[in-house]
Amino acid sequence: MHIDEVTLYVFMLAAFLGFELIRRVSPLLHTPLMSLTNAISAIAVVGSILILGEKDAPTLSKVLGFIAVTASTINLVSGFLITDRMLKMFKKRGAEKP
Amino acid sequence: MTGHIVQLFYLVAAASFILSLKWMSAPATARRGILVGELGMLLAIVGTLLRHEVVSYQGILVAFFLGSAIGVPLAYLMPMTAVPQRTALSHAFGALAAALIGAAEYYKHTPHGLVMVALAAETLLGFLTFTGSLMAFGKLQEILPTRPITYRHQNVLNLSLLGLAVAFGVALVLRPEQTWMFPIFSALALIFGVLLIVPIGGADMPTVIALLNSYAGLSAAAMGFALDNKLLIIAGTLDGSSGFILSIIMCRAMNRSFTNVLFGAFGQAQTTHEQAAQRPVRSATPEDAASILDSARMVIVVPGYGMAVAQAQHKLRELYDSLTKRGVDVRFAIHPVAGRMPGHMNVLLAEADIPYDKLFEMDDINSDFAQADVALVVGANDVTNPAARNDSSSPIYGMPILNVDKARTVMVIKRSLSPGFAGIDNELYYMEKTLMLFGDAKGFLTSIVKEIGASVHA
Repeated sequence: MHIDEVTLYVFMLAAFLGFELIRRVSPLLHTPLMSLTNAISAIAVVGSILILGEKDAPTLSKVLGFIAVTASTINLVSGFLITDRMLKMFKKRGAEKP
Repeated sequence: MTGHIVQLFYLVAAASFILSLKWMSAPATARRGILVGELGMLLAIVGTLLRHEVVSYQGILVAFFLGSAIGVPLAYLMPMTAVPQRTALSHAFGALAAALIGAAEYYKHTPHGLVMVALAAETLLGFLTFTGSLMAFGKLQEILPTRPITYRHQNVLNLSLLGLAVAFGVALVLRPEQTWMFPIFSALALIFGVLLIVPIGGADMPTVIALLNSYAGLSAAAMGFALDNKLLIIAGTLDGSSGFILSIIMCRAMNRSFTNVLFGAFGQAQTTHEQAAQRPVRSATPEDAASILDSARMVIVVPGYGMAVAQAQHKLRELYDSLTKRGVDVRFAIHPVAGRMPGHMNVLLAEADIPYDKLFEMDDINSDFAQADVALVVGANDVTNPAARNDSSSPIYGMPILNVDKARTVMVIKRSLSPGFAGIDNELYYMEKTLMLFGDAKGFLTSIVKEIGASVHA
């Protein structure tokens, strides 16, 4: 395995894109934003699945992978759910209750 | 063939995450943002399960089940006041996952060159964020003392520890086959994470939480480099830049630098400050407060962490309702660092059903204080201290504050005259136009609401 320059360009562009996207988020929503990005960074689940699901993985990999999949699943499940729970509470004046 | 499908799934997942954050920018589209984020995550997981390297599914399914069984109650049972703790905890989980994957990859491949650099970065950031976030959780949950803990040579010790960890990381990059170094490297990172948070006090938590968020994201991005997975790089980097921007915003709102937040524990320099508790203040009863509020035309409420502690946001909504009904213009002024994480106050007030178009950022409302009849401060302190504007010797000098002192009448609900987190006396309390409402925020607001209600029927 090696790292090619395309990967570095992807990183660079994602960093700039991130800055532009986050700058536009209203401070009103900074808490839900943080829990959403938290859920998104649970993308580590991809790496965790690869470690845990591998053929004839050694015990160490299995244990570490299992903990990692569990931890990421906790994050993605609770992250998305609590963000939604928070956003449901943001109502405009006169808006009806659901 | 499957390889192409997987790549397509990953590509769409990356696009979904970007859209998700884009839609997060405004309350009207934000929930759509979550939906597309969830879709992206689903595609990423299904895509990964389809990969031919993944052959054993039992362990994965058990872990999914276990994670959901913990995650669902975590999302639904957590009270909104505990959101900062939950966030700290999930930074810890995310970082732990990244660090453990790093460790597993290392022992499996003992990679060389740039991949090992990425792996070392992933593990270092992962482990230090793991323990750091657990410490932050402990402080927010008040299992650990919330005051900053400082001792002699603290910064020297911390920096040398970090230096040592980095040195081991570099050594591992140069000689990956020396596996004995890896546990030491990991342990150093874990210890550094603990020591990094020890000197951090409660009011600095918004910055630190955001910074830990950034680290957790960056360690996921580093994992993307190590696994040559561009989806991980994109998602991790988005998270990393989000946390980074939020911590910059928090630092600016306190007029402090990163280094100052991390290494300059607040709260010692002020101990020399003279005791000023003897100075006279004007205090008022709920009846007085009610009649002043009742005859006001414009009221600006300034909530702070004290409101969250007293769980007074629902009572504040009742006050908002009864005043609005009587034709009083009531708005809320929110300082960026009010509470324990970015946006904390907004969530609490939204939970209490206060419409979000009544919540204003500091810069949007500061010029209106001069026209306000009453500024009602509920559990906020340092962010209202005029010393930040006037007194160049004050430790908070230069910090942007809410111009509460410009209002015609200032009311402060507070338990006692005890100084705020920074240990700085607040000039505001001794002003001629300030009325101190001593008591528990929830109880006091209840009495005010009752008084206003009584005057309607009278």
